[in-house]
Amino acid sequence: MEYFLQQLINGLTLGSIYGLIAIGYTMVYGIIGMINFAHGDIFMVGAFIALISFIALLSAGLTFVPLALLIVLIISMSFTAMWGWTVERIAYRPLRASFRLAPLITAIGMSITLQNFVQTAQGARVKPLQPIISGGFEIMEHDGFIVNLSYMQILIILITVGLMIAFSLIISRTPLGRAQRACEQDRTMAELSGINVDRTISLTFVMGAALAAVAGVMYLLYYGVIDFYIGFIAGIKAFTAAVLGGIGSLPGAMLGGMIIGLIEVFWSAYFSIDYKDVAAFSMLVLVLIFMPSGLLGRPEVEKV
Amino acid sequence: MAVPGTELSTRLPGALKDAAIAAFIALALFVFLIGIRTVDAAGVFPLRARPWLLAVFVGAIFTGRLALNLFWWNGSETSGTLAKALAPVTGLAERSARWLAPALIAFAAFLPFMPFADRYVLDVSIMVLTYIMLGWGLNVVVGLAGLLDLGYVAFYAVGAYSYALIATHFGLSFWVSLPLAGLLAALWGIILGFPVLRLRGDYLAIVTLAFGEMIRIILINWYSLTNGPDGISRIPRPSFFGLQLTRNGEPSFHEYFGLTYSPLQRITYLFYIILALALLTNFVTKRLRNLPIGRAWEALREDEIACRSLGINTRNTKLTAFAIGAMFGGFAGSFFATRQGFISPESFTFIESAIILAIVVLGGMGSQIGVVVAAVVMIGGFELFRELEQFRMLMFGAAMVAIMIWRPRGLITAREPSVYLKEKKPVSADLVQEGHG
Amino acid sequence: MSAARDKTPILNVQHLTMQFGGLVAINDLSFTAGRTDITALIGPNGAGKTTVFNCITGFYKPTEGMIALTHDDGHRFLLERLDDHVIARSARVARTFQNIRLFGGMTVLENLMVAQHNTLMHASRFTFAGLLGLSGFKKAEKEAVERATHWLDKIQLVERADDPAADLPYGAQRRLEIARAMCMNPLLLCLDEPAAGLNPKESDQLNQLLLDIRDEEQIAILLIEHDMSVVMGISDHIAVLDYGRKISYGTPEFVRSDPHVIAAYLGVEDEEVA
Repeated sequence: MEYFLQQLINGLTLGSIYGLIAIGYTMVYGIIGMINFAHGDIFMVGAFIALISFIALLSAGLTFVPLALLIVLIISMSFTAMWGWTVERIAYRPLRASFRLAPLITAIGMSITLQNFVQTAQGARVKPLQPIISGGFEIMEHDGFIVNLSYMQILIILITVGLMIAFSLIISRTPLGRAQRACEQDRTMAELSGINVDRTISLTFVMGAALAAVAGVMYLLYYGVIDFYIGFIAGIKAFTAAVLGGIGSLPGAMLGGMIIGLIEVFWSAYFSIDYKDVAAFSMLVLVLIFMPSGLLGRPEVEKV
Repeated sequence: MAVPGTELSTRLPGALKDAAIAAFIALALFVFLIGIRTVDAAGVFPLRARPWLLAVFVGAIFTGRLALNLFWWNGSETSGTLAKALAPVTGLAERSARWLAPALIAFAAFLPFMPFADRYVLDVSIMVLTYIMLGWGLNVVVGLAGLLDLGYVAFYAVGAYSYALIATHFGLSFWVSLPLAGLLAALWGIILGFPVLRLRGDYLAIVTLAFGEMIRIILINWYSLTNGPDGISRIPRPSFFGLQLTRNGEPSFHEYFGLTYSPLQRITYLFYIILALALLTNFVTKRLRNLPIGRAWEALREDEIACRSLGINTRNTKLTAFAIGAMFGGFAGSFFATRQGFISPESFTFIESAIILAIVVLGGMGSQIGVVVAAVVMIGGFELFRELEQFRMLMFGAAMVAIMIWRPRGLITAREPSVYLKEKKPVSADLVQEGHG
Repeated sequence: MSAARDKTPILNVQHLTMQFGGLVAINDLSFTAGRTDITALIGPNGAGKTTVFNCITGFYKPTEGMIALTHDDGHRFLLERLDDHVIARSARVARTFQNIRLFGGMTVLENLMVAQHNTLMHASRFTFAGLLGLSGFKKAEKEAVERATHWLDKIQLVERADDPAADLPYGAQRRLEIARAMCMNPLLLCLDEPAAGLNPKESDQLNQLLLDIRDEEQIAILLIEHDMSVVMGISDHIAVLDYGRKISYGTPEFVRSDPHVIAAYLGVEDEEVA
């Protein structure tokens, strides 16, 4: 029971990170209907920017952790957002009216480019960061097994929930959110009604990248090491989460992220750590076969 | 260069402003990732500032953007200039397809006897041919049937491991193991294809990607069968009618023909094997395209619902496309295993799938000669930058983006009809659908 | 001529009901279609006509009811139990679509060849004989091209056989879709608004084409159409649908004067109906 509880906490933490990345996939897919393959690498770029700014702040003598964390979050979100914007501008916008496979290939090309750019610019080795936030609560003890809820985990889950609420409000309440939903429904019509479609799409990428940056910061803090390759696997899993939750749905992305995180953690804990990714992907296949539009997605009616 | 009314001097302020904005964006992008380097050695301050490198990059962006503004984009036309400039070249390639193919085959057939054909040239050629073969195999699935498969490497891996296991455990020769490995890969194509073929579009893409990763993870972890990350070594080399192409082989090729031993003999032999395999792939896929099954694949790509209304069993049609694509992937995998003599899961990552897909899409979906051109450009080009070890994957990714933006429909865009009444007229790519699943 | 035609129904639809969630698209609909008749389904937009087609051709599985199709030899197919491609292949039901579904990137001739897929597939011995280039397949392919040419001739498109289908003008695309369906050699041809978007001259040509198909091929045609000149001009029977229910059924003369029909059209299209 205690072991189960501990794994539940770990799974929700990991799921939060996947969920935040998944939102970027789901928003972009919702609005322009493409898999932004480079999104996982945007997350990785966010983690690197966070790493560098953390070390810079610490070495500049800023040791008050909450302030440092806040500054790092702001830096990482804004600069990663810039990367998200640039990727869309260079690789996707010229192909907006083109056929479906072309942006997919440029997305894969961008993913390769970003990975290798970071590898050449920062080196291929894993980059460690000293533990910044340590300690936590012991919420339960039984037969010598202690269930821990670390401050780090609380922070991750709180930030995720907070951002989730904030973004849901943006989508449902603001003019930007309305424009996004309009573009999702019918881009031509949205354009005719005076919505700046290019700007809306750009902002979608910016928002997705900023969330990925937050996920990058949390990944960095939680695991303490990053390398240029973390984006690929996390990206696939986050996309899996987005599809699982029902692509285009924000709560779905979060839910999917949680499920993938939990499956991964529980599978590792109870079965075999080697096959945790196989378990997550099998889940994806099963869901898609039996619920093709995901858990919270709108069912796609086949028009004849 | 300058269009009337848009003299350099009048365009200069705007160009400068645009270049300055680009430079500013570049500064923002690069300030952390290039401007500061994390030092690998553990130290007190594991960061090193690189202001000069940052300045070089930002300066390069500024100059490049300024030059583009002034000399390339003449005010109005922002894109398509390059495409127009190169249109004669690609147009020539399209028109010359009739004699280009035989010329290329002839060139390939005599390549090992060319004076410049040293071991390196042959090695690269073998690699290019392997990718051409994989491209042709995947073309059936993606180009003809319009099914987006991001996990093609799975079948390449199944072929390679099947061959390696059959050859090392049962001692069967290359020529027996090869078809077995191909059949096993086709079987896997059907097994993996069966559950997922109801899925549409990007869902199919992501599930095939997941299958590709799953197979790799299983190869890494199923130690008792695959030897895990250590891979399988000492995979037997192919023999020439029972003659071994090794120094101490018994009976050996060079002794039988009274030649002195040279490793080049084996490389040349491998070259001809892959050439034959690739040509077989080409022959079969071209033939299939003109048969009812091939037409059904293409019809499926155009409109699945119409296919069903015409009595076509779309599930079986998709499965055959998957199985045939997988089979050729399996053949290529067997060849890869016998050429390397050693395989490990490292060789079957997603990047391989991406490269093969890029070859198909860059070549122009469904075009056989396009795959050849794309494979030569991508794989050959990749080899040219061998010296720049660090940068070549970076260049590779950037080239993928650039070529796709330049020609979103690929290099060879026109579709050739499978049957004609009076005259064979190519179908413009703008009319051809890219498929929904 | 019409007296000689076989009047036993080929298609018998009984108590057909189709629900999408809470929405009842077809409600307890029963009608029959004569073996060599043209039967029209008319009704206001949203009356469920296309849904009836989708149930007959297997694209939708009806919630309730029976759709029986009887071949000349007495073999009976229960269409509600069969998959769409089986209905097309074995029960020999062909159809066209409201929003034309041609294979736009393939040539006109290729479109007609795809329609003969199952015959050719059989002749190619499921690809193996075809791959080896055996003569049996060559012959079958030649016959398929001949059949396609025959239909191209009927729709006056022989000259454009090697052009991409998407390049054809709208009216020609409509005719090509009918020809493609006919290349399947069907017993029941379901046409979903074949006259939509046609000019009066093309409509007349279409009337003639459909009458020709009925009389020469001796097959049944089921027709959804808004163009009353087509419906009244060529139909043997008309079923009128409104909100998924059959409100009238009979000869064009009967339906034309049925007060239910006039009420259903709310006077908007009175002149056209009456």
